Amino acid sequence: MSEAVARARPTFVPRGEGWAGWMLCLPAVLSYLLLLLLPTLAAVLLAFTDYELGAPGLAWIGLGNFQELLDDRGFRISLRNTLIYVGIVAPVSIAGALALALLIEAATRGRALFRAVFFLPMVSLPVAMATAWQYLLHPTIGPLNAALAQLGIAGPAWLTSSDTVLLSLAFIGIWEAIGFNLVLFLAGLTAIPRELHQAAEVDGVKSAWERFRLVTWPLLGPTTLFVVTITMIRSVRVFDSVAVLTQGGPNRASEVLLYTMYTEGFTFFRLGYSAAITLVFLIIVLGLMLLQTRVLDKRVHYG
Amino acid sequence: MAGIVISGVRKRFGDVQVLRDVSLSVAPGEFVALVGPSGCGKTTLMRIVAGIERHDAGSLDIGGRQVGGLRAADRDVAMVFQSYALYPHLTVAENIAVPLTMRRLSSWQRLPLLGRFWPGARATRAGIAADAAAAADSLGLGAMLGRRPAQLSGGQRQRVALARAIVRSPKAFLMDEPLSNLDAALRVQTRREIVDIHRRVGATTLYVTHDQSEALTMADRVAVMQAGQILQVDTPERIYADPADLRVATFIGSPRINTLPAEIRADGMVMVAGLAMGLRAEGAAGEATLALRPEDLRPDPAGTLPVVTEHLEFLGECTLLHARHAGLGTALTLRLPPGATAAQGPFRLGFSAPRALVFGADGRRRAVRVLEAAHV
Ligand SMILES: Nc1ncnc2c1ncn2[C@@H]1O[C@H](COP(=O)(O)OP(=O)(O)OP(=O)(O)O)[C@@H](O)[C@H]1O
Ligand SMILES: [Mg+2]
Repeated sequence: MSEAVARARPTFVPRGEGWAGWMLCLPAVLSYLLLLLLPTLAAVLLAFTDYELGAPGLAWIGLGNFQELLDDRGFRISLRNTLIYVGIVAPVSIAGALALALLIEAATRGRALFRAVFFLPMVSLPVAMATAWQYLLHPTIGPLNAALAQLGIAGPAWLTSSDTVLLSLAFIGIWEAIGFNLVLFLAGLTAIPRELHQAAEVDGVKSAWERFRLVTWPLLGPTTLFVVTITMIRSVRVFDSVAVLTQGGPNRASEVLLYTMYTEGFTFFRLGYSAAITLVFLIIVLGLMLLQTRVLDKRVHYG
Repeated sequence: MAGIVISGVRKRFGDVQVLRDVSLSVAPGEFVALVGPSGCGKTTLMRIVAGIERHDAGSLDIGGRQVGGLRAADRDVAMVFQSYALYPHLTVAENIAVPLTMRRLSSWQRLPLLGRFWPGARATRAGIAADAAAAADSLGLGAMLGRRPAQLSGGQRQRVALARAIVRSPKAFLMDEPLSNLDAALRVQTRREIVDIHRRVGATTLYVTHDQSEALTMADRVAVMQAGQILQVDTPERIYADPADLRVATFIGSPRINTLPAEIRADGMVMVAGLAMGLRAEGAAGEATLALRPEDLRPDPAGTLPVVTEHLEFLGECTLLHARHAGLGTALTLRLPPGATAAQGPFRLGFSAPRALVFGADGRRRAVRVLEAAHV
């Protein structure tokens, strides 16, 4: 019976199968091409032109835009600010999330509550949250400085002083990222077989630190790698809070890559130049992803 | 080597009383197998002995020391987990070395980078590596010291887990169904290896299994557990031939022991379907069960059990005859020589009276005397 079916099948299917496959893929392929690949390609090409919005024509200027980027002090500041921002947000939000995840995992009660509380920033609207931060950090009416004043400390103008603005933005970035990272770490922790912890105990592991070193940290490797990559990419992409709270100011102290790209493209209409910045951004992100898949992936998977 | 004494241990998970008053002792150097159906609490008991789980009541003594309040790390027992529980990121050599690293190196010497240069660390580490390699060699793992668990077969992983246990000299070994994931051939082979290790090291061993043949072949004594209670602890021979409880008799032995509803008359005669079985039981009259091993039954025209044949089952080394008691309808299984054929239609079975087992209505074994007149 089943033999007959198996034999009958090839005579019926072959012409249709490949064709049907393509038809089924078509919507995805088309939208991928139209919405992702083509615009990216256009942006890449634009980066080598002097195109400005509204200009009658455009000229191929090769690496001209990139030459200008190298000499552009504004771009250098923006790149440096972005790196500082990532350098603060990524380590702090990752280490903080890991520490919180370990604490929550060890807790006997209230896990769901903590998970929800820390995850809340992820689901809230960034722009609305930014407004809330603006209020919290306001130098005169904000609760933070009011509290500091109670302690006899004169709080700085968090978002309007060039000394503190990047730090304040980084703090907001950490607040936004930590919940997401926490949830990822919690998932990673639950995937570690409990028997391994028990085996470690029978093998003579006495302290929580030794257990973390022997079992938890190595087995969390794939999760940590994913968290590191995604956090870096997400923090390189910082834009919302800058656009709403500081517009890159004061005096460019909070200019970041995507905000510079935005102003060049949509304030000064220099789309070619803006595309060149986008390309730099793309290269950074691609570099991070390559680092993950090519180099680090092999060191954290033991399968 | 140290003995294990478990007395009056109870454990409850929520509403479920998993262990009720379990007492069991393993003498120094003895190999005790704990058998029982799935879910009867074997793993729970073993985890309590290891210190992974807390017991609600009762006491635990390992090597003359009360260990009830000690953590697993301080109890100095080695455990082989049902799932092996190997560290996936460590090589075979590193896996085996973990118990030694944790015990011989100080916490300073174990530090990630600095520890390597801590005074004495180098020599100690060399000693650990040598001991780990020796343990691996004794189990035929010498060629795969550098592999990760994922690159090993089930049997090899099994042996790594064993090596990790025998690499140090713990007070006792606890093994939780270590062979359950192996195929039949490998299981028999590894069974031998574990027995050999036990002979060589002479270690006190508590061995959990739900495979009765494993228990009977490997252990000095077998503990039969059911529903959170230990029913009997005895040598394999006595567990098989002289069970104290009907549940032990039916759990041990394959094919299952035949049970027939019986009655003990006021004069002690054991009756089945109104026929005297030639046995006289001691104690009170009342309902009872007559239990007969398949190999103790044989066709016999003068027998006391009228049956009809159902079918024959050829097993290679023997043939099983499935029959049904003519009056009661109870199924009976006989073990016959390989070439045996069955009589069609009704015939009679006799049994070896000295080996017949009688259990009272409460399931406890009743002593019986074989009457002279009985057909032996
Ligand atoms: N952590 C737990 N919480 C609640 N119930 C549990 C827990 N661990 C075990 N049990 C219950 O206790 C009973 C005994 O479990 P245990 O694992 O000891 O059985 P076992 O005899 O080892 O069975 P198997 O042969 O299948 O391994 C089972 O009914 C199980 O559901
Ligand atoms: Mg079990």
